[in-house]
Amino acid sequence: MTPTATWKRILILAICAWGLLAAMPNAFYSRVELHNDAVAAIDKADGIATPEQQAAKALWPSWLPSSIMPLGLDLRGGAHLLARVEVSDVYKARMEALWPEARDALRDRRDQVGAVRRAPSPDGTLRVTISNPEAMPVALEAVRTLATPVISLAGAGHNDIDIAADGADIVIQLSDAEKTATDDRTMQQSLEIIRNRVDQAGTREPTILRQGSDRILIEVPGIGSAAELKSLIGTTAKLTFNRVINSTTDAGANPGARNLLLPAKDQPGLYYIIEEVPVVTGEELVDAQPSFDQNGKPAVSFRFDGAGARKFGDYTAANIGTPFAIVLDNQVISAPVIQSHIPGGSGIITGSFTVEESTELAVLLRAGALPAGMEFLEERTIGPELGADSIAAGKLAAIIGMIAVVTYMVLSYGLFGWFANIALAANVLLIVAILSSIGATLTLPGIAGIVLTMGMAVDANVLIFERIREELRSGQPPGRAAESGFDRAFSAIFDSNVTGLLTALIMFWIGSGPVRGFAVTMTIGILTSLFTSVYVTRLVVEIWLNRRRPKTILV
Amino acid sequence: MAFRLKLVPTTTNIDFFRWQWLTFGSSIVTTLASIACVAILGLNFGVDFKGGTTIRTESTSPVDVGLYRQALDPLALGDVTITEVTDPTFAADQHVAQVRIGAREGEEAVTPEVMLEVEAALKAVDPAITFPSVESVGPKVSGELIQKAVLSVILASLGIGAYVWLRFEWQFAVGTVASLAHDVIVTVGVFSLFQLKFDLTIVAALLTILGYSVNDTVVIFDRLRENLAKYKTMPLREMMNLTANETLSRTVMTATTTLIALTALIIFGGDVIRGFVFAMLFGVIIGTYSTLYVAKNIVLMLGVDRGDKPKKKATPPEYANIDA
Repeated sequence: MTPTATWKRILILAICAWGLLAAMPNAFYSRVELHNDAVAAIDKADGIATPEQQAAKALWPSWLPSSIMPLGLDLRGGAHLLARVEVSDVYKARMEALWPEARDALRDRRDQVGAVRRAPSPDGTLRVTISNPEAMPVALEAVRTLATPVISLAGAGHNDIDIAADGADIVIQLSDAEKTATDDRTMQQSLEIIRNRVDQAGTREPTILRQGSDRILIEVPGIGSAAELKSLIGTTAKLTFNRVINSTTDAGANPGARNLLLPAKDQPGLYYIIEEVPVVTGEELVDAQPSFDQNGKPAVSFRFDGAGARKFGDYTAANIGTPFAIVLDNQVISAPVIQSHIPGGSGIITGSFTVEESTELAVLLRAGALPAGMEFLEERTIGPELGADSIAAGKLAAIIGMIAVVTYMVLSYGLFGWFANIALAANVLLIVAILSSIGATLTLPGIAGIVLTMGMAVDANVLIFERIREELRSGQPPGRAAESGFDRAFSAIFDSNVTGLLTALIMFWIGSGPVRGFAVTMTIGILTSLFTSVYVTRLVVEIWLNRRRPKTILV
Repeated sequence: MAFRLKLVPTTTNIDFFRWQWLTFGSSIVTTLASIACVAILGLNFGVDFKGGTTIRTESTSPVDVGLYRQALDPLALGDVTITEVTDPTFAADQHVAQVRIGAREGEEAVTPEVMLEVEAALKAVDPAITFPSVESVGPKVSGELIQKAVLSVILASLGIGAYVWLRFEWQFAVGTVASLAHDVIVTVGVFSLFQLKFDLTIVAALLTILGYSVNDTVVIFDRLRENLAKYKTMPLREMMNLTANETLSRTVMTATTTLIALTALIIFGGDVIRGFVFAMLFGVIIGTYSTLYVAKNIVLMLGVDRGDKPKKKATPPEYANIDA
């Protein structure tokens, strides 16, 4: 056989050596995991380590590679959620906010347009009736002054609102360009807030991804259930401080114009009538911490930013002796009476909280309110025990499968079977090494993919060996038979692997979670098996042939 | 002489077309029967495709499906199925059941309150019960997943067809795609016949079967192409038999190693992926069969343009340089 060029040999051996090194941490999974956690924790604390962290860090030498395959939800346990963000909620809020502005703009032209009244309209549109329809052009012009250009690349040149006349009505809604821009902002904000909330809960490696135009995929390993995750991220946590008009026990009471009737959280049957426009909102909070009130009951203390503190200070100064309501997600948490002017911009929310509730509320308040509601389209919970069972089963199947394939190859091809097995071992090492270093998640179908790759990876070697057998039968000397066996089998190996890659890519495209994990291991498996069964086996066969120089070989 | 395990003798001379009407005919019949089966019996869709919720329960005391049902009946959940899951890998005191609740009109997912009710009701029957996994998919997503799954299988087949067309001739592409369709349809037919759970992982298995079956087919076609160049006058039918016999040892060898690996998985891999592995195991067998008995038959029926190409190369266009 023509010897492989030295640089190629070195490269092949180097790749195999790298595979061994990079795959190794996975053999000591829990140790390396503890080490990595400790390193991350120490990093976060600016290099200050507790003795336990020091000990955990010392479990694995830092000069060795420490990347391990992250385990998927189906192996580690955890929760998976697919949420749809109700992006149109924001349109409604925008229109609500626009109404006072439009009213003021039209009021300035009252002499021409006459009386201005808001007409009922579907969510997301604002319908204003004027009593002098003939002055419509003037009214439209007045409302148009409220429009501003859209700030986005795609929407450049468009205004943020569409204004049209419909009889005596002015119909205002967000323009398509502004809707697109708004949707994008809503999604960004939602992602950011969800990430904040999940991070605050302190779980390992959460996945939070935007999918399509209005969906968010959230995967959190180690969390107890999807319901728990939902309550963490699904709460809007919209906090406002409103003026209290009255309290009542009548659920059907008419709150009056621009007022709201909201239930009290802890006193069933009690309702508050509050002013719709809040004095201060949760967006003006800078901090919230769980704490205790004077009676030692759990509470949440908070602090406003400059503007919020000023508003809160002015309001409390002017309204001493009247109650005001702390409203969270359309429920009145409490309605304390203002005892004195509160100038510092900090305060405390008391209610009948448990310690857990006050902690959760503080987390939610810190992370901010979600800009829009969410609907959950898909949710999965996998318990950690089921995951552990799957790992054990997968490991066992992989080991038995490997032994069976190795034995079968040796029975069929003798020494050459061992050559193929060397390639197979290198292949499995490389798959694990690549999965670890790119941080691809290992799932149960992923393990199946690795086991299947073992079965299919030897295919290339089978093709080559069968070819060598044929060449030998046609009377070629060993060296030449081996050489042409490798050369001639290549086109079939190449074609069959390309088609395999094609299906793996399509699988990656359609799949989510576990199926994707399978597609990833299959893609990597195809690439590595191409390398190991062609180059590694060739090198091994070549070294053996050139050392021994056998007169005849038996494949 | 050292021992060699040989499933296929060194030289074989099997006439794969001898029973061609029987084999090809039975392939057509099986394919049609599978389509009919899916049309009549339908598929036992998992929550991925149907929407709804599955809850896996695990307990140390034996599963009593009747008691579970009695416990859940008062909750009026609508369409509820309860099945006991048995598996050789389970421990002696490990009793697993699957509770499936159909998707309800206008609801994307089971609300946490309903889940708590269900869990409480089952706990009342069996205090030792735990819920290792809960999966809930809304009708919106499940509809999209079906579309995506069907699309992916079609796209993969067409993509493979296009590649084979590019590398070989169109007749080969038609043969390949037909044999792929055969494999997928018959596998789906088996899932329908035995009403095995059909979910997203089964689609992944179908795609893998496509990859495996085409791999097998391409290897034979590759050899056929080589032989077409080598033996200019041999009749196509004879040449195909020669090719199939030459590659038979490899076909059987690869199928065996893959089946060995899959058998290890189906026995020891646990019940969670058993459906997935079963689909692949069946697919590998049918894929090997279709390579030998479907793809080649179609190519034979369509015929292959032989000799045209080399001739064209050999004779330059007569007036090519007239104006040059």
